[in-house]
Amino acid sequence: MEENFTASRGSVVAGIDVGGTFTDLLLVDGRDGGKVRIAKTPTTVHNQAFGVVAALGATGFPVDGIDLIVHGTTTTTNAVLERRLARTGMITTKGFRDVIELGRRTRPQAYGMSGTFVPVIPRDLRLEVAERVEASGAVRVPLDENDMREAVKRLLAAGCESLVIHFLHSYANPSHERRAAEIAAEFWPNGYVTTGHALLSEAREFERGVTASVNASVQPILERYVEKLRHELAAQGYARDFLIMNGNGGMISARFVTRESAKTVMSGPASGVIAAAYTGKRAGFGNLVTYDMGGTSTDVALIRNAEPAVSNEIEIEYAMPIHVPMVAVHTVGAGGGSIARVDAAGLIQVGPESAGANPGPICYGRGGTDPTITDANLVLGRLAPKKLLAVDNPVTSGHVAAIFEERIGRRTGLSGVEAAGAVLRLANIKMAGAIRMVSVSRGHDPRDFTLFAFGGAGPLHATALARELGLPRVLVPARPGITNALGCVVADLRHDFVNTVNQPVSLLDEAMLSEVLERHRNEGEALIAKEAVKPDAIRVTHSADMQFVGQTHIINVALPSSSVTRQLLQELFEKAYFARFKVELPEIRANLVNLNTSVTGVRPAIDLSRLIDPAGRAATLDEALREMRPVWYGGAWIDTPVYGREKLPLDAVVEGPAILEQMDATTVLEPGDRARSDADGNIVIDIGGA
Amino acid sequence: MSTLDAITLSVLQAALQQVCDEMDLTFSRAAFSPVIAEANDRSDGIYSAVDGSLIAQGSQGLPVFVGVMQYSTKTVIEMIADGRCLPPAPGDIYIVNDPYLGGTHLMDVRFVMPVYRDGKIFCWLSNTGHWPDIGGSVPGGFSASATAVEQEGLRLPPVKLFKKGVLDPEIYAIICSNIRVADQRIGDIRAQAAALLIGQDRLNEILDRYGDETVVEAIAELRRRAAAQMRANISAIPDGTYRARAFVDSDGVVDEPLTIALAVEKRGDTLTFDFAGSSKPCAGPMNSVLATTLSSVYLAMRHIFPDVPISAGAFEPLVVRRPEGTFLDAKYPRPVSGCAAEVSQRIAEAVFAAMVQALPDKVTAAPAGSSGNFALGGHDPARGRDYVMYQISGGGYGGNAGHDGLTNGCSTIGISKSPPVEIMEQAYPVLYRHYALREGSGGAGKHRGGFGLAYEVEILRGEARASFVMDHGRFGPQGVLGGRDGAVNTVRVFRDGEEHVPPHLSKEQDIPLKAGDRVRVGTPGGGGYGDPRERDPELVRRDIALGYYTPEQASEMFGRDRG
Repeated sequence: MEENFTASRGSVVAGIDVGGTFTDLLLVDGRDGGKVRIAKTPTTVHNQAFGVVAALGATGFPVDGIDLIVHGTTTTTNAVLERRLARTGMITTKGFRDVIELGRRTRPQAYGMSGTFVPVIPRDLRLEVAERVEASGAVRVPLDENDMREAVKRLLAAGCESLVIHFLHSYANPSHERRAAEIAAEFWPNGYVTTGHALLSEAREFERGVTASVNASVQPILERYVEKLRHELAAQGYARDFLIMNGNGGMISARFVTRESAKTVMSGPASGVIAAAYTGKRAGFGNLVTYDMGGTSTDVALIRNAEPAVSNEIEIEYAMPIHVPMVAVHTVGAGGGSIARVDAAGLIQVGPESAGANPGPICYGRGGTDPTITDANLVLGRLAPKKLLAVDNPVTSGHVAAIFEERIGRRTGLSGVEAAGAVLRLANIKMAGAIRMVSVSRGHDPRDFTLFAFGGAGPLHATALARELGLPRVLVPARPGITNALGCVVADLRHDFVNTVNQPVSLLDEAMLSEVLERHRNEGEALIAKEAVKPDAIRVTHSADMQFVGQTHIINVALPSSSVTRQLLQELFEKAYFARFKVELPEIRANLVNLNTSVTGVRPAIDLSRLIDPAGRAATLDEALREMRPVWYGGAWIDTPVYGREKLPLDAVVEGPAILEQMDATTVLEPGDRARSDADGNIVIDIGGA
Repeated sequence: MSTLDAITLSVLQAALQQVCDEMDLTFSRAAFSPVIAEANDRSDGIYSAVDGSLIAQGSQGLPVFVGVMQYSTKTVIEMIADGRCLPPAPGDIYIVNDPYLGGTHLMDVRFVMPVYRDGKIFCWLSNTGHWPDIGGSVPGGFSASATAVEQEGLRLPPVKLFKKGVLDPEIYAIICSNIRVADQRIGDIRAQAAALLIGQDRLNEILDRYGDETVVEAIAELRRRAAAQMRANISAIPDGTYRARAFVDSDGVVDEPLTIALAVEKRGDTLTFDFAGSSKPCAGPMNSVLATTLSSVYLAMRHIFPDVPISAGAFEPLVVRRPEGTFLDAKYPRPVSGCAAEVSQRIAEAVFAAMVQALPDKVTAAPAGSSGNFALGGHDPARGRDYVMYQISGGGYGGNAGHDGLTNGCSTIGISKSPPVEIMEQAYPVLYRHYALREGSGGAGKHRGGFGLAYEVEILRGEARASFVMDHGRFGPQGVLGGRDGAVNTVRVFRDGEEHVPPHLSKEQDIPLKAGDRVRVGTPGGGGYGDPRERDPELVRRDIALGYYTPEQASEMFGRDRG
């Protein structure tokens, strides 16, 4: 029914991101010189659509006047993590129904012999049928179609709403899975049938099986949500198609999104990274480490040349791999709510326990009694008590400091303030270590990167972290608290393709290489042509996953075009390998594992210059000054100017120490740091001494 | 008491840990051997310049290497002092795999490198990687029937593999001439050295930033504090002697069980581990060397107290009486290939079985505790080449105070993943007929054991020889506090329709097979925790509904009036 949707170039675009606590909306009115409207409303957990509609209402902009709505949702993420899934059945090759329960013989942590694991689909809903394909793709046992019919009927009788068909070696020969899906379609009352090979055509039955299982068991949930939202939006007068943010950082029509529902489990984190790439590129910084610190965890991603790193091997929790191309967001288990304590050895430790959102840090006044990173920021004057969102019963900084003294200071000989300072420093060191492991330790020179800090707490810690990591610069976007919504506004249409080759480079057929890459391009362009939104241009990038013959880990190498020679592949790989490990291995041949292509439908540029209203800027720095307050830096209180960030003159230069406050974030400049604004309202901070 | 402030101390603890974690990461990512790259069968650490004692070790290192490298580093230091090793210079890296010089089995190859500051050795960096082959009578090194270490492969005393940063081509040539698939070892050697060099860079950054003296002081203080932390944990245990036994099925040569007898005496803030009464050194490869025995005790205690950082200080309150004259302190030339994979896990099982009496809330019933090594070496006529295939497997974990045991968990001493069936079938001429949860295998208990794995492999083409180094074939993993034992490991070989059971149940070498023959393995289930009759009836019903137990099994195992 594509004709029902008017092709839109989207001059009024609304990006809406549903987070754990707040639903954020950013509306950019291209007809009014890029005028921006922002809304933050509480997330409505049971039906996120209500929160979305409330956010739209809060803008005051007529909903029927919006050209395009792009939406990031945590519907599927929450469904998986909380196992609130659609009742789903699975039909497998005889002898292999337990694959998704057995996993790869792991345990949740290296030390400690206990742990639990609940498979996505329970064992009594996993049935087997006679069929067997060999690794070569040859059929050894034909599909028993009667078995298949019986299994489908049994699962329907058991009340299943979704179905997974997961056969061994279906990546090599999908004919059995396809035929089985046809048989299922004879009885299955809806379209919720996922075949293993359709989502991920790669060997490794556990990973493929879990990916397919997650997809099937969130499909009805996502579909129902999309329908509810469509209904609610229509009631407000928005009858157009809307788009959903996918985990690969591209958006896709809500009409098509459920087919590959599993990709939306990283919807929120991916949109933040996309916003970072877009913002960084406009600001002239293509290489970024993104740093999104929230209440319980911190998301980190790497962007090179304005392209976010993509991974096919995301694990969203223990033994829950989702192997489809998604933005490589690494989650570090430390956030504002991480609890500080003194261990039996008398050493200060931060995390991994977290006060979460409830009771949360002490300063939220919801009954929290354990000192957290957020509390440390309060005690040290970095965070003003009145700037805390969502506080129930305000507590004083002195009260929190007393708890630091009692819980941390007493056993370490520190005052409450010193203890808070120690907690903050240790938290930064630990976060920096974790960030280094997933970013700059992978052969990148930190001096080439800028730390892109967002989320509620990111800008509070950014300068200290950059110093710790050896990054020379921090970029704090105009609206750090709604970065995910911004990602929705600026995202492109995107499709990713992977083909496994697994051959030594010396044996490759060069014609085959370009054939595969060209096929990727054609498929991607065809998919984008179906969308109601028409892009300005199509961008195609190719890459190769490579290794030395005999290795198992791979390195991703960007390819300049679809016509590649064996010699070029070898050279590009050796260069990348040396950059990563400082090792040269002329003795050993290179192997091409995968060919990858991403096809992007580039949307018209969005004007970000009014994210902070230029009319609200003060004429001088002094006029932007809100107060002077004592802030603790590395062992001493310094009387520190606090500026209203929205009021900073565009040409102002702020020397640290200083604090920049805005509605949803606080940025700390340490002594020696120097900040300036750019035309988009970003703050760019040069780290002193870096 | 140290003059260092609490902040600097905590910061340096985190920083030293990160150096090791980054070495681990580099080693795995750059390695060729899938045992290292995928299975993370490697470890990296920082060691004292004086006596080689452990300063810090990577948190994602293979648990069996906890503490081991401090003994080989100590040996290197001693051998340099008495002239048996050439003196070190900057850029040198020693290689050593001699089990009797503070090691495990021959396949675990250690690199040891001095780190210099101002012309003096500041500390040592060392790492261990499990090489896929080290020569010897069988590919891979796990001979079930070796009777002397020479049959197990090439044994290297500490020698300089890198001299002033340059790989010594002569030593390298000797190594390559004595091992299988030598052409890829250069990749692993480079990766193993690269990890040390990255560690050296990171460590130098820390020393430059905080000052050598501060770091030295912090290391000493962290050691004292780790010891204090372990002592604090131990103090909470009631005084007394806790006894346990664990059994290795056989040594692979003589068909008799080997006994590990353990008495853990808790007095004040010290635990003393006494293995008196354990079996004598054995003829086959199920001997353990002292370093591995110590490390097995340490890793078991770390599973119990995972919050104490790994350092020599944490080991101080753990006194292990040298088990001289037993198979847990084997001397040259006793064969030792089974020590790291199997005997170590029986030692850990004995520690768990003793400590669960003292700490019932912290310790689990016995886990499957076998690496489940099944090696198949043969010729694939379709591809015209020989192959060696390894199948490692998990098993059920023990029930514990809070939960049922995990199903198909990794070996106690490992953190490695098992290979996917699809990858095995791509690489080797075999077909898996099933790969399934082993029903009924979890030991009954208030919290039952996790389930083992059941798989069956058929040879598709050519001829092959099958070898098994597993355990728990004779006695299942122990249940505790009234819980029942988990199911025993089973091996069945079907040749021309005839069923063959290895005489030693879990170990046998070179069983000839041809196309159409099949191997069927059932790995152990975990031990049960607590009286099965106390199990929530709702959970028993759920287990039946999920097909984990038949109604008859459930009724027999969890009480006749149930199910």
